[in-house]
Amino acid sequence: MTLLSVIFAAIISTIIWYMSAPKSEMKIGTLCLIYWGASLMWFVDAVFEYAKIGAEYFNPAPADMLNDLYLGLSVIAFGLIIWLVILFVKDPKGVVKAALLKKTGAIS
Amino acid sequence: MGCFIVPATEAVITTIATKAVKAKEEKCKVENVHLEGTGSETPAKVSFSEKMKWLNNMLWGGSALLAFEHVWHGEVIASFPFLSAAANPADAAAMLREMATTGVAMSVLVTGIWMGMIAVSSVIEKKAAKTQDLTDGGV
Repeated sequence: MTLLSVIFAAIISTIIWYMSAPKSEMKIGTLCLIYWGASLMWFVDAVFEYAKIGAEYFNPAPADMLNDLYLGLSVIAFGLIIWLVILFVKDPKGVVKAALLKKTGAIS
Repeated sequence: MGCFIVPATEAVITTIATKAVKAKEEKCKVENVHLEGTGSETPAKVSFSEKMKWLNNMLWGGSALLAFEHVWHGEVIASFPFLSAAANPADAAAMLREMATTGVAMSVLVTGIWMGMIAVSSVIEKKAAKTQDLTDGGV
């Protein structure tokens, strides 16, 4: 369920990137790569898990599924936070810089 | 248990390599401008350092989200040795085995996909250059 959640996040972010490219300055491409990287890694994890427990991998207990979904959503939120930090640090539109300068100007 | 450490280690190495490649590209760019007066007139190519950033983003992003999952499951702890499995030898052996199998496979898959992306972008760039040559030749 975690893998599935992150794959959906990767697909949705890729669609958004494609729709806004090439003019967008929102660094959606970085978000896509973060989610795709995580999806690939969880996919490998899933393959090893499947090799270990077989078809049982596809029949998780409802409680486990719910917990994995909860984890998946938390992972997506964490990915979004990482992307926001990158966006604010790189500040391609200069919004953060402008806001800070305006505040500094108001104080002085 | 600690599989994310392998791609994270690769991410550190590729990030350093990216910095080195970027510095080299900047140097070449300056030399070209000195020699030719202006930059080249070929269609804009994505630099190799930019392509390496794709790999860095996938490796850092994937490792960070996987590390979060390990924190969630209590496998990464705040105190030394930071990985709960490293506390006793039996678990440490299992952790190292997982790093050698799952962790290495993760790194190999991500790097393989990145190489595929580079191959595709290289084909697109070559096609664009060919079209540009034909257009220039026609005019």
